[in-house]
Amino acid sequence: MTTRERTVVVTGLGATTPVGGDVATTWEGLLTGRSGVRALDERYAELPVRFAGQVAVDPSEVMDRVEARKLDRCQQLGLIAAREAWADAGSPEVDPLRLGAVVASGIGGIVSLLDNYDTLNTRGWSRVSPMSVPQLMPNGAAAWIGLDLGAKAGVHTPVSACASGAEAVGYALEMIRSGRADVVVAGGTEACIHPITVAAFAAMRALSTRNDEPERASRPYDKGRDGFVMGEGAGCLVLESEEHARARGARIYAEVAGVGLSADSHHIAQPDPDGAGAIRAIRAAIELAGADPSDVLHVNAHATSTPQGDIAEATALRAVLGADVDGVAVSGTKSMTGHLLGGAGAVESVAAILALHHRIAPVTANLDDPDDEIGLDVVSGEPRRLREGDAVVLNNSFGFGGHNVALAFRSI
Amino acid sequence: MSQQILEGLAAIVNEVAGTPIADITPEKSFVDDLDIDSLSMVEVVMACEDKFGVSIPDGEVKNLSTVGDAVTYIEKAGVTA
Repeated sequence: MTTRERTVVVTGLGATTPVGGDVATTWEGLLTGRSGVRALDERYAELPVRFAGQVAVDPSEVMDRVEARKLDRCQQLGLIAAREAWADAGSPEVDPLRLGAVVASGIGGIVSLLDNYDTLNTRGWSRVSPMSVPQLMPNGAAAWIGLDLGAKAGVHTPVSACASGAEAVGYALEMIRSGRADVVVAGGTEACIHPITVAAFAAMRALSTRNDEPERASRPYDKGRDGFVMGEGAGCLVLESEEHARARGARIYAEVAGVGLSADSHHIAQPDPDGAGAIRAIRAAIELAGADPSDVLHVNAHATSTPQGDIAEATALRAVLGADVDGVAVSGTKSMTGHLLGGAGAVESVAAILALHHRIAPVTANLDDPDDEIGLDVVSGEPRRLREGDAVVLNNSFGFGGHNVALAFRSI
Repeated sequence: MSQQILEGLAAIVNEVAGTPIADITPEKSFVDDLDIDSLSMVEVVMACEDKFGVSIPDGEVKNLSTVGDAVTYIEKAGVTA
């Protein structure tokens, strides 16, 4: 198995989310069930959805003003998460030619584009910002992070809607396994909350409309779930060949043991109700990890709180895990963060890795009346202790377009 | 050279590039001394046009290599505007 020739490990984590401005605060919030979803301002007053998960710490509080003005908000959040992850990894000395960055976004700098479109209409073309193209391009966050670190092995941006962040981690894994890089900063970022995007997702009838209770709107696996909740934020991981990490005495959180990728080819926005594509992705991640379904301890599920999506994923997990499904602690952390779209897979990978590292699974908030059709062992109420010993945890991400990504992390 | 225009330009360069105001003196080159790249220069020009009510065509921008060049140009353009 040539793809298993180099072992890849995680040595650094970073995140800025609606639940917290860094990994520690976010993790503490996910264990205690703290929602980051809040009502939006009056610009949303006429919309059917008037709430979202905005980041707990605005980037202006932690980023230099001159730097921030060049960057779209999604790029600011990505850079903040990347810097935290890099520092957490001990700011390793790396040959720039062996250092890469793979940072995804589902949508890119759409708010900067919209702001400049307003400028075009009100003040004419000569006042459109010369930074508007670097701000709107979906690879902008990856490019700025690559520049910040001096990464020259390759800078990449997978775009697969809500699977983007997970796909970035998978791409980074392959970069190191194939020998193209020794260290890669991988992650995902999104900051697209704007009346037009809220209206657009609402037009699909994809969003919860629980306006009177924003904090309780994202409720995966609950009978009362009525759609996802938009969120913003970013997550980043420092991936490193085990050899490189050991040589510098780095703290290792986990092995990135496998990535499974598949496509539904079923519908542009709806999941395959049989979960066939998701099954193939989850199975592939476990197999590439050299693991067995009985090794799976915990799943950070995609669990967006949509009526169909939660069922399709649960069907897929039951199919893959079989009789072992009952012992697997499943958490739906979007119940607290909202759905970070292209940032989701990265933030949820951070959470899955911390669950493995600390042997505790975060809660699924708002699960008051579990849907009988789910059939999973969902962690709710209190976080759950996980058994010690060799184990694998999974993170699932699925995106509009039928993209399925499953990541397997193993204890090391 | 107009001190008022110099101060206004210095505030703009500080806003765009973060250069300390005290370092923004007439002999300084935008590119070599003040970390103003071609994209930032567009921002500086746009802000100058708004602040001083002048027009600075693209063809003129390449002649404005120092802060002093820009102040002088704005001064003259303002008189003839």
